[in-house]
Amino acid sequence: MESTKAQQKKMTKKLTLTGAQAVVQCLLAEGVDTIFGYPGGAIMPVYDALYDFQKEIKHIMTRHEQGATHAAQGYARISGKVGVCLATSGPGATNLITGMADAQLDSTPMVCITGQVASQMIGTDAFQETDVVGISMPVTKWNIQITKAEEIPAALAKAFFVAKSGKPGPVLIDITKDAQFQTFEYNYEPCVNVRSYVPHPKVNLEAVKEAAALINQAKKPLILFGHGILLAEAKEEFKAFVEKTGIPAAWTIMGLSALATDHPLNVGMLGMHGNYAPNLLTNECDVLIAIGMRFDDRVTGDTRRYARQAKVIHLEIDPAEVNKNIPADVALIGNCKHSLKLLLDEVKRNAHTSWLEEFQKLTKQEVDKVIKDELSPAPDKQISMGEVIKHISEVTKGNAIIVTDVGQHQMVAQRYFNYQLWRSNVTSGGLGTMGFALPAAIGAKFAAPDKTVIAVIGDGGFQMTIQELGTIFQTKIDVKILILNNEYLGMVRQWQDMFFEKRYSSVDMINPDFQTIAKGYGISSMKVQKRDELKNGIEEFLAHKGSFLLEVMVGKENNIFPMIPTGASVSEIRLA
Amino acid sequence: MKKQFTISIYTENLIGLLHRVTIIFTRRHINIESITASESEVHGIHRYTIVVTEEEWQVKNVIKQIEKQIDVFKAFYHPNENIVFQEMALYKMPTTVLSESKEVEKIVRQHHARLLAVEPEFTIIEKTGFKEETQALFEELKPHGILEFVRSGRISISKPMKEFQEYFHEVEKASKH
Repeated sequence: MESTKAQQKKMTKKLTLTGAQAVVQCLLAEGVDTIFGYPGGAIMPVYDALYDFQKEIKHIMTRHEQGATHAAQGYARISGKVGVCLATSGPGATNLITGMADAQLDSTPMVCITGQVASQMIGTDAFQETDVVGISMPVTKWNIQITKAEEIPAALAKAFFVAKSGKPGPVLIDITKDAQFQTFEYNYEPCVNVRSYVPHPKVNLEAVKEAAALINQAKKPLILFGHGILLAEAKEEFKAFVEKTGIPAAWTIMGLSALATDHPLNVGMLGMHGNYAPNLLTNECDVLIAIGMRFDDRVTGDTRRYARQAKVIHLEIDPAEVNKNIPADVALIGNCKHSLKLLLDEVKRNAHTSWLEEFQKLTKQEVDKVIKDELSPAPDKQISMGEVIKHISEVTKGNAIIVTDVGQHQMVAQRYFNYQLWRSNVTSGGLGTMGFALPAAIGAKFAAPDKTVIAVIGDGGFQMTIQELGTIFQTKIDVKILILNNEYLGMVRQWQDMFFEKRYSSVDMINPDFQTIAKGYGISSMKVQKRDELKNGIEEFLAHKGSFLLEVMVGKENNIFPMIPTGASVSEIRLA
Repeated sequence: MKKQFTISIYTENLIGLLHRVTIIFTRRHINIESITASESEVHGIHRYTIVVTEEEWQVKNVIKQIEKQIDVFKAFYHPNENIVFQEMALYKMPTTVLSESKEVEKIVRQHHARLLAVEPEFTIIEKTGFKEETQALFEELKPHGILEFVRSGRISISKPMKEFQEYFHEVEKASKH
């Protein structure tokens, strides 16, 4: 309390600033030191104010505003801090939409600041005027338009508070150009609560007791873990809970890296291209403990045939997620770090040896029918995506941050890399945004400059945000780029193969020479076409000082298995 | 089974918030049958009243999505039997139809409607009640020449006795948790 008062006293020192200068001061007050953006007419006063603070705030100019949003997401996901984006009005603002939608679905804290035409011009269809507050409403957790400089500090304070508290998400602040020019008496007070908003509901202690009783009696319990654990920084609590209860734990792709891949109780990935055992046994467990996850349709398949036999315990911070897709028998609504702590005291130490053996038996079937071929294909077969990821995993010993794009390579990178580091996977889970990986990897590297950051991308997604190679070139940031090239939009082709009678409609990619492109951006590169070049290629890729592009030509028509077809039940997971 | 529900939403008085609430319905392909907004019994806090016909589980989900909005305090939904509600209708007619025959005056009396304004050219009739009642009056006046007709959205008061003020304090307290 004392320190807050002292802090506030310090903050109340009056300063006359322009709105634009105030924006920069607010960012500094929130501890922001890295932002991503692109200048333009309506945001120029803020860029001018940033000019004086180049040492304090590193501004990364991406090559497109969408790149700025994904970079901010990558930064937020790895640092645990709020990602910040800056863009101009009109097209600058609309280019942020995909990134905000992605951040909204994947609960990524992000503050986007856009310039807007002067307030007297609003509604006149002025040059580069667009109603970005209206457009972004469905894809932001909160947004606001500011037309007076004096409103800036409170709006930005609320923006940061809303973005990072509760279930995090993207927030947009649209500031008219005249508000950026106006001067006022600047005074910043951090936002500590919003009276209509309950970010951290108090966990019901009765529910904790009920949940613990179910867990203690369970014969075949299964834990599903999601992004909420990473967001709540519940690393120790979660690990302790899993180890004390001895319950097998399976992850959603957003929960990946909350528990090391090779942890004895980590039974693999859930959902459409997840592992065989956790999917099948979801429909055999007696108690399902869902932690910080939202039962996405890619995880559940047909909800009418999902875990009907099980009692469901749902640990979730957002009340709107409880009973939305799968009804909960017991709901622990609150921060899962807190709920797990409370549960930990109530649950008994246990081991579920024979139940775990059921997982192992099914895993063996998956290894025999799918994984063996994927990781060690017959010599006459083309390189598989899986063997590339396996090699990289071995060379890095699982100590790297993997940023993936969307598609087949994404599933492979999630399934076959041996994640050792807490919070070391960044992917576009909910929105499935192709083009996400390259800019997100740039942001991730700024958040963790000492770690190896590898962007795993398909030949399709790479070309959606390929311009961000320019950002790498200019900032000289060390991002390793792995292109798994099958000259197809692989996942769409797989669906056409399986569900559209192999009518390959608009999926073949006639690609440019990626090495020539990399050369133009001053990025070293190598193309691997044969298996005997792969090992050396990967070693050079990882050992290289600075950014490196490794293109690996992989099997053109390889399909990803297991697979739960759309609308099928998790029990109907197919190995071929 | 679809059923009519009245949703009451208590919010901050902010630009754009109504849009934020209505797109929650749009996204789920739910038609808003009527909507009204006004200041509530708590100074500075606004109340939206929205009528929809939907399945109850869907309405429950919508309520949670509405409450999830940062500047919304609380949202409630009620079936018609748990609320007292009214709508208002205004009817504009040529004054001559009143002066030339007693018929319209009789209809107005029978429906417990009232004359809101009488001008040389036109007369405005006002009627509050259920939609069926304002509609019944419309049908009877129609042959006599209605120049303009407008019906308000529903306003409603719920029967349960817990006051919003109590919820307001609960939310405010929890927001500081």
